[in-house]
Amino acid sequence: MAVAADIWTEGEEKQNWLVRLFDWKPFLVAICLAPALGLLLVFLTYPLGLGVWLAFTDTRIGRSGVFIGLENFESLLQDQVFLMSVGNTILYTVVATIGKFALGLWLALLLNHHLPFKALLRAIILVPWITPTVLSAIAFWWIYDPQFSIISYVLVDVLGWKSTYIDFLGTPWHARWSLIAANIWRGIPFVAICLLAGLQTISPSLYEAAMLDGASAWQRFRHVTMPMLMPILAVVLTFSVLFTFTDFQLVYAITRGGPVNSTHLMATLAFQRGIPGGQLGEGAAIAVAMIPFLVFATLFSYFALARRKWQQGESND
Amino acid sequence: MASWDSALKRWITVYLPLMLFVFVLLFPFYWMAITTFKPNAELYNYKQYNPFWVKSPTLANVKKLLFDTDYPQWLFTTMMVAVVATAISLICSVLAAYAIQRLRFKGSAYVGLAIYLAYLVPPSILFIPLATMIFKFGLFDSPMALILTYPTFLIPFCTWLLIGYFKSIPYELEECAMIDGATRLQILRRITMPLAVPGLISAGIFAFTLSWNEFIYALAFIQSAEKKTVPVAVLTQLVEGDVYHWGSLMAGALFGSIPVALLYSFFVEYYVSSLTGAVKE
Repeated sequence: MAVAADIWTEGEEKQNWLVRLFDWKPFLVAICLAPALGLLLVFLTYPLGLGVWLAFTDTRIGRSGVFIGLENFESLLQDQVFLMSVGNTILYTVVATIGKFALGLWLALLLNHHLPFKALLRAIILVPWITPTVLSAIAFWWIYDPQFSIISYVLVDVLGWKSTYIDFLGTPWHARWSLIAANIWRGIPFVAICLLAGLQTISPSLYEAAMLDGASAWQRFRHVTMPMLMPILAVVLTFSVLFTFTDFQLVYAITRGGPVNSTHLMATLAFQRGIPGGQLGEGAAIAVAMIPFLVFATLFSYFALARRKWQQGESND
Repeated sequence: MASWDSALKRWITVYLPLMLFVFVLLFPFYWMAITTFKPNAELYNYKQYNPFWVKSPTLANVKKLLFDTDYPQWLFTTMMVAVVATAISLICSVLAAYAIQRLRFKGSAYVGLAIYLAYLVPPSILFIPLATMIFKFGLFDSPMALILTYPTFLIPFCTWLLIGYFKSIPYELEECAMIDGATRLQILRRITMPLAVPGLISAGIFAFTLSWNEFIYALAFIQSAEKKTVPVAVLTQLVEGDVYHWGSLMAGALFGSIPVALLYSFFVEYYVSSLTGAVKE
């Protein structure tokens, strides 16, 4: 220890005032937080405020706008494409989230069994989640090709279940379901791995106790697994809802909002109006219109689940 | 008989659905890979060739991608942006996480909460005001625009992950060093940082993956074909009018996924444990 102390103090004498400054806690705290908070203030907080301001102006690319009050929002309320994009976004979020969580939970329960090659399986299952969204979306684009879709080929030529090839992306409803399916595909791994982590924290003795009390498999799932899983489910659900609601990549890559604007989400419509369309004010207004939905969805999924968990905890005691 | 029955039941309820999941989750990648190596004759002829297999594999699509397009340049740009943005974010995040978790100043919990909330602000709300700022700063169409904006979603995530990691390092180690007369900076450099290396690795992989995956900023802030990142370029540059060269498109998607997949496969254990750890926090 004495040797170590010598080494520490030796450096201290050399740059005494500087070292003392760095040992002064308020200075150290400030200097540690400055880079992170500085970057976030300039490139996150400020643009967030600027975006809200832009939503109330008629800014275009190359021309700064003037304040026009609620005009952007008023015209959006008359805009059929915007209203449809709101409907699409809600449908997309609700159906995709339900799909992801149902299948993700099922996969997590399967993985929670005693299996050979467990680590390898987990690694393989996460692959759709780590590959760049747009690149896997391009694969889906090809899978959904009207003439050479492999799904159509299997359904028509191999199984003979259908007589004609499916035009996946050509009609509004087909395109919507195709996008939702691709989104679910991408979301399953994340949900499954997170819920698996939650499942593994549940003590086996709880199941043994439930079994001794004569609980059926469903009852064990309903009264042991679900309540124990609630806290982690709440966090993952909040994240999932948030990112599904503001999704841009999948839709932009597969349909770009088509056919005839029928698959636009709010994010893709904001992009189309704002950047290539040049209507920055209107685009910002569409983006800002997402905020209330986001706050609501986040609060709902967080508090609804947190409350249920608390209720369950009470009744179990 | 009973054991045979239970084995059968296990196959039907566990292994079969699991195999189905693995098949569905991996099929798009198989399809991507197989399309990459198919000659055009097989690509558009399901009657004579089995679409699930390649009869005479060709490298023509790969060759077209590597030599007739700016693909190597796109890969390089993406790599550079991802590495620099990750480095900046890691430095900022380690310092911030250390301050929040270890220095215990008044209000550190609020700063932590603010950083967590920053992660919940999605890029699809920010890209329009950011585009106007980028334009004013004269950074439009420059990789700098991406290097400066990516940390906005990388820093909150990494800081959050590292706060959890610092929490797991025993405080006593730092106290011992302090009693021995070490300064706070020395403690950070010689004690805390070396112990936090696994946390740094996982934060680094996550940050790199997230930057590689980023799309909307790169789409909005970069215009010149040769400066685009892989995801944007594959989507906007490889499609010529109405003609889709599926072979080279799939090759582009495949090679764009490989760097991330490689990195991931080397560090998969860090990745999974910190992913689940971060959610459980």
